[in-house]
Amino acid sequence: MEILISIKPLLTVLVPLLVIPILVSSSQKPNVREAWIFGAGFVMFFLVASMVPAVLSGSKIVFTLFELAPGADIAFQVDGLGMLFALVAGSLYIVTSLYSIGYMRGLKEHGQTRFVSFFALAISATMGAAFSANLLTLYLFYEILSLATYPLVAHHEDAKSRISARRYLVFILGTSIGLVLPAMIYCYHVTGTLAFSTAGIFAGQLSKPAATVLLLMFVFGFAKAGIMPFHSWLPAAMVAPTPVSALLHAVAVVKVGVFSIVRVITGIFGVDLLAHFNLGVVVMVIASFTIIVSSCIALSQDELKRRLAFSTISQLSYIVFGVALLSPSGQLGGVIHILMHAFGKITLFFCAGAIFVATGKKYISQMKGLGRQMPVTFAAFFIGSLGVIGLPPTGGFYSKWNLILGTLEAGQTIFMVVLLVSSFLNAFYFLPIVYQAFFGKGKDDLSGARVKIQEANLCLVLPLAITALASIGLFFFPQMFVDLITLGLNL
Amino acid sequence: MNNMPAILVLAPLLGAFFACLAAWIQKQLSYYIALAAMAVSCFAAVSVLTDVITSGTMQYRMAGWAPPMGIELRIDLLNAMVLVLISAIAFVNLVASVKNVEQEISDRAPSFYVMYLLFVVGLLGVTATGDLFNLYVLIEITSLTSYTLIALGDKDRAPLAALNYIFIGVIGASFYLLGVGYLYITTGSLNMADVAVILKGIQGSSAVLTAFILCILGVWIKMALFPLHVWLPNAYAFAPVGFARVVAPLMTKVMVYVMVRLMVTVFGLEYIFETLNLADAVVWLAVTAILAGAFTALFQKDLKKMLAYIIVCEIGYMVGGAWLGNSLGMTGAILHILNDGLMTFALFLAVGNIIYMRRQTAFSDLSGLFAAMPWTMAGFVLAGLSIIGVPPTCGFFSKWYLVLGAFEAGAYHFAAALIISSLVCAVLFFKVFEICFFEADSGAGDHNPAKVITEAPVSMLASLGLVSVAIIAAGIYAGTIVDTIILPFLQ
Repeated sequence: MEILISIKPLLTVLVPLLVIPILVSSSQKPNVREAWIFGAGFVMFFLVASMVPAVLSGSKIVFTLFELAPGADIAFQVDGLGMLFALVAGSLYIVTSLYSIGYMRGLKEHGQTRFVSFFALAISATMGAAFSANLLTLYLFYEILSLATYPLVAHHEDAKSRISARRYLVFILGTSIGLVLPAMIYCYHVTGTLAFSTAGIFAGQLSKPAATVLLLMFVFGFAKAGIMPFHSWLPAAMVAPTPVSALLHAVAVVKVGVFSIVRVITGIFGVDLLAHFNLGVVVMVIASFTIIVSSCIALSQDELKRRLAFSTISQLSYIVFGVALLSPSGQLGGVIHILMHAFGKITLFFCAGAIFVATGKKYISQMKGLGRQMPVTFAAFFIGSLGVIGLPPTGGFYSKWNLILGTLEAGQTIFMVVLLVSSFLNAFYFLPIVYQAFFGKGKDDLSGARVKIQEANLCLVLPLAITALASIGLFFFPQMFVDLITLGLNL
Repeated sequence: MNNMPAILVLAPLLGAFFACLAAWIQKQLSYYIALAAMAVSCFAAVSVLTDVITSGTMQYRMAGWAPPMGIELRIDLLNAMVLVLISAIAFVNLVASVKNVEQEISDRAPSFYVMYLLFVVGLLGVTATGDLFNLYVLIEITSLTSYTLIALGDKDRAPLAALNYIFIGVIGASFYLLGVGYLYITTGSLNMADVAVILKGIQGSSAVLTAFILCILGVWIKMALFPLHVWLPNAYAFAPVGFARVVAPLMTKVMVYVMVRLMVTVFGLEYIFETLNLADAVVWLAVTAILAGAFTALFQKDLKKMLAYIIVCEIGYMVGGAWLGNSLGMTGAILHILNDGLMTFALFLAVGNIIYMRRQTAFSDLSGLFAAMPWTMAGFVLAGLSIIGVPPTCGFFSKWYLVLGAFEAGAYHFAAALIISSLVCAVLFFKVFEICFFEADSGAGDHNPAKVITEAPVSMLASLGLVSVAIIAAGIYAGTIVDTIILPFLQ
């Protein structure tokens, strides 16, 4: 494998960071401010995209920023896995920026400059996490992301957001300091390195009990992944404005959590070690529990964003589940679900926000008949639902297909049942919403009267149409991402 | 002969003399003389540090008398670093404090500056000297000046706090003096290097053991190691803020330096960890100090008091690290002298700004601070995160070495205490952040609606900004600091 040294990964992280002072100084001129956000978004995306050919040809792009101690440095590396995640976060950041203009201005929100600034900081940290070359760097960006999101969750400055922000922090910061930090330092103490390597870093220095404890500390410690019982911050965080729920709590933040777990399983322990100790099953049981239980909870939620949040919790565990299968198809299915779920779920959140801006409604029971008023939004909602359930013609089908294949490969047929049951549950909590919206009758529907089409403004509708179409596009063209994952995980 | 070591200490001493005289002519003049004196001292300290790094330990014989008869300043990498820390903080604090002094004690401003300079002379002298008795004299200089400076503070409560401090301080100093007496009886010398050589031959002697215990106890009282800390919170909380923010970051840290000096240079690590059997007990004491400090801080209702108890907790970090008995722990302890100095200073700078604008630091007076003083709060948040130990702030990196050292020594209780105190500190700081962010400024009323920025003067903000940059820089260059200063010193 060829190693290229390039400053591009660092630049990708710096671009959104450096634009923040400009955002703050142009707070009185919203249009100028928004122009800068798009500028930064596009520059960042092109930087990421420009590294794709090199990564696809099997090279690895590296850059070391500074060294703390031998084996523990702040360094970047761009491999297939990081590239996949960076592409997802980078492209969706641009779409979300457009969406958040429509949302924040549509609702005349306060503190918009603070909002976009911390948003930029969050995306910078996400990119850093994607391109981390070792666990220390990953931890650094993980923590920055936690703190950058805190003001976004607390955005409304009222009693409810105060409680939610507190819960957010207790879970996220509590687990990362309480579990991940000691586990990471212990890894360094044992091996003298934290750099990711597909062979793992332990080389036989770890007994089974120690490996089990460490693995559990990591799996639960990266609480952004929403593994039960450390999940309840996510529904609480839904008090944040919808663009935050969409990009951060369906894509960036939660997937940094999952991504970290994937990195630990594939880069720190290594598939072989976990297979040798038979520890994949432990993680799978935990993930399966989360998948089923949170799907059931989602069924009972009437507030749309909360239902989406519980759905996210269960979908995140798909990814962890797939990687813990330790079989090639399972890992492929799990990791590519980062991409597929991102496009499906962000569409759903965009729809929820658009409905709220256009009609002020946030409860599912109020949405009967709304589909005739907002056909585009609900069509997109339908596509997004298909993506999350895992039905063709959306990309979600591809990940579910591989996950099921993976259970067979690994000889874990019982766990296939988990996937199937959960798919049914997904269908149960999404499809009735769409059905009721188009065919149900709302309280204030006058019989026979023709409903006027009244969509939310274009800044809101365009992004959700784009992501819905992309979700379909991914069904037909997943090959590049499959290649990235195959290269990244050495499958 | 390079005179910089002497200039370093003499500049503030002469400055104090002239500031005293100048006050007869014009009060304001004494401030400028103090500022100039500290600038010279600061410059000398930096030049000494670079010299020591390039050409090794510096010995300066006062008035040319040869040791062991004459007094020697002996500056190696360790105290060169601490000297830079002291002089830089004392200088920056003078810049930041001029407005606070005007506001709080304008009638006695010249005497404040004179005493301030003498206090700094004491700290610098304690750090620079290579003579055990000299060290005692200089400790007394810092103590006497700090009694008077503390008494200048809060009219009702400061005198009592100062009296308390006098009693306990005198006891601490007497212990140390007694210990030095024993050393003089057994070795016939007071020069540190000289004593160290002689002690190597008589390690089994019970007189040496007594000397060691007396000296260390004296130092512990002075540094406020739990349970010898009771004098500290009131003394620091009721002192005038211009003095509080130099004594809080520096006094305890200098005493930690003295402890490290006694351990490494005078008695020798071999004697302490192989002949004596105290290390385990001391680490347990440190664990108690950390937990007691952190949990007592939880019950405080005033920002200054809370910070004072955090200092008690941080003392435990350094004492524990130094007594782990391995070079990683000692590295962490020494690095933390620097880092904790910076973060505590930043926190107290922010407190000074708040006091300047609001006069109060009870939690109930902090509402709406993010809106009113965004820049001050930015610095405060950064320093708070550093105390919690979030990368890339410097607090993370000393914690890294301390936890690593704890694992290496098998002192898992110490590692656990460090993690728990990080979590408690997170609770402490986010409790404050919540009040400042969510609670609207009740005192503002209608005539001064919230969201109006009422920031502290530029001189205070610039100082805080500078220290904030230093906190990040010390984090980023932690590896470099360890490689060029701490590890060569320990070898």
